[in-house]
Amino acid sequence: MSRDAAGRSLLVGLAVAMVATAVASIRFGAIDFPLHEMWSSTVAAASGRVPDTLDGRIFTELRLPRAVLCLLVGASLGVGGALMQGLFRNPIVEPGLVGTSSGAAFGAALYFVLGTVLHFPAGTWALTLSACLGGIVSTTMVFALAQTGSGGRSSIVMLLLTGLAVNALFLSGIGFLSYIARDPQARSIVFWNLGTLSGANWSAVRVVGLTTIGGTLVALRYAKALNALMIGEEEAEALGVNVTRLKWAVLSVNVVIVAVATAYTGVISFVGLIVPHILRMMRGADNRFLLVGSAVLGATLLSLADVVARVSLRPAELPIGIVTSVVGVPVFLSLLRRRQYVF
Amino acid sequence: MVAAHHLTYRAGGRALVDDVSATFEPGRLHLIVGPNGAGKSTFVRLLARLIRPHEGQVTYDGADVRGAAERVLARRRAVLSQAVEIAFPLTVREVVMMGRYPHFGGRAAPVDEDICDAVMAYFDVTDLGNRSYPTLSGGEKQRVNFARVLAQVWRPAGAGARILFLDEPLTFLDISHQLDFMRKVTSFTAAPDVVAIGVVHDLGLAARFADHILMIDEGRLVASGPAASVLTRDHIRAVFDVDPIFLPDPQGRGTHLVYE
Repeated sequence: MSRDAAGRSLLVGLAVAMVATAVASIRFGAIDFPLHEMWSSTVAAASGRVPDTLDGRIFTELRLPRAVLCLLVGASLGVGGALMQGLFRNPIVEPGLVGTSSGAAFGAALYFVLGTVLHFPAGTWALTLSACLGGIVSTTMVFALAQTGSGGRSSIVMLLLTGLAVNALFLSGIGFLSYIARDPQARSIVFWNLGTLSGANWSAVRVVGLTTIGGTLVALRYAKALNALMIGEEEAEALGVNVTRLKWAVLSVNVVIVAVATAYTGVISFVGLIVPHILRMMRGADNRFLLVGSAVLGATLLSLADVVARVSLRPAELPIGIVTSVVGVPVFLSLLRRRQYVF
Repeated sequence: MVAAHHLTYRAGGRALVDDVSATFEPGRLHLIVGPNGAGKSTFVRLLARLIRPHEGQVTYDGADVRGAAERVLARRRAVLSQAVEIAFPLTVREVVMMGRYPHFGGRAAPVDEDICDAVMAYFDVTDLGNRSYPTLSGGEKQRVNFARVLAQVWRPAGAGARILFLDEPLTFLDISHQLDFMRKVTSFTAAPDVVAIGVVHDLGLAARFADHILMIDEGRLVASGPAASVLTRDHIRAVFDVDPIFLPDPQGRGTHLVYE
């Protein structure tokens, strides 16, 4: 079987796994829905009828959007991870590396602390907006600083180190805000920093759906150029890639998809890091395969994590970020020990 | 033909390349020699338009390359750089196929696959096709990159010349592979539309294989021409600070260079 064909059948397999996980994620939770009820409720929801039972409303207004949002956020994190690892030519990079998630988390913390004082209009929208702005501000800061530091042309190493510094700055900002926050706000900051999908609704699905699908389509146009970048910046330039344009496109896509996803769900770590790793071990590093695969596998893994988060402490739930870290850290460490990569 | 017109490139307040003009005709192998830090690599990167000069211009077949689109340029100009390290598990064939990237859109066409087969056979890396690039030895990596770079300019590029840049291509190669590589470059350069421009350290190899040698020191062109007129005792003493001894070949094939 040719490599392309092997890649395609692997993608089909991953897609089947994603659908199965999505069904499980809709079925299990604080209450379980039998399959026939899931089907009739989905049909009812699709035809626009408002369900008349409490269970029906839980299904269409909580469970279903949560499952879809989870798929979208997982896909965003997977694609963001593949993009950042490709751009930094380094397999141990996370989508948050250029400051996006810590900035978004800081924006959210700022909202929790100041929101009650300043009375922002429109509850969850203000949180989303504040987190999104935080992500964009921190990422812009990383770029502006990396640019001025290296004589106009921002080198990858400069970006990486500046990202570390700016991340540290925003994390200490979050620390300060939680320190001065009163109790319910401090708890909100903590919970949000651990990641949660409990705020999912259909408007979140629409916004995240737009950025995830749009961002992934744009990213796919740069897949070949990202492949060329694997052998070096000047080498990619010699192969006909406009490296400056590539960097800007990839970073913009990453900021948009990661900041928006983080704005709705909080900080969810390790998904963006391990998803591209697993796929490279299964099939290789070609970004034309890796970007699509990372979207599908990211969606699958985050849905699995969400099922675990909801089922393990029923009727309460764990923050999903705890689940992804507990599962992600050992997986990551075992990947490192295989020494397949040159660092 | 490739031409440099009064090229100057500065970094850190110093001119790395200082007002250099030169022409490079097709069908010939042009080798650049000079001590460490002389500006050889910078000069080659300027000619390949990987960096832009502060003054002067580079032309390919008379046309200024300044505004040329990256991809259009890449269909006729390939660059072999010093050491290519990849942190990801790409296969050798995937790396070689990158040489065809400027020539196809989404997926490789049959002609790209054929060219890949041909260059891999030419550089004796066909058996490594499914190996993961990071697991190769230094010499194997270098041969894979030769194959990739030649895949880029394997077929004539329409009207203009095909241009091959080689920045210290012999690093990591043992003596037999060095000679083998120089012979392959020479035979590739025999095509009437190929301009090959390289940087080498070994003056003996340069004397043996080059049609045209340029000697560079402190960013300036010291001498340019056939080996006999460039690699003279005076030039070598002035630029490299060593005393050369020219020994006649016992079989009458030119002379050998040794140093005191």
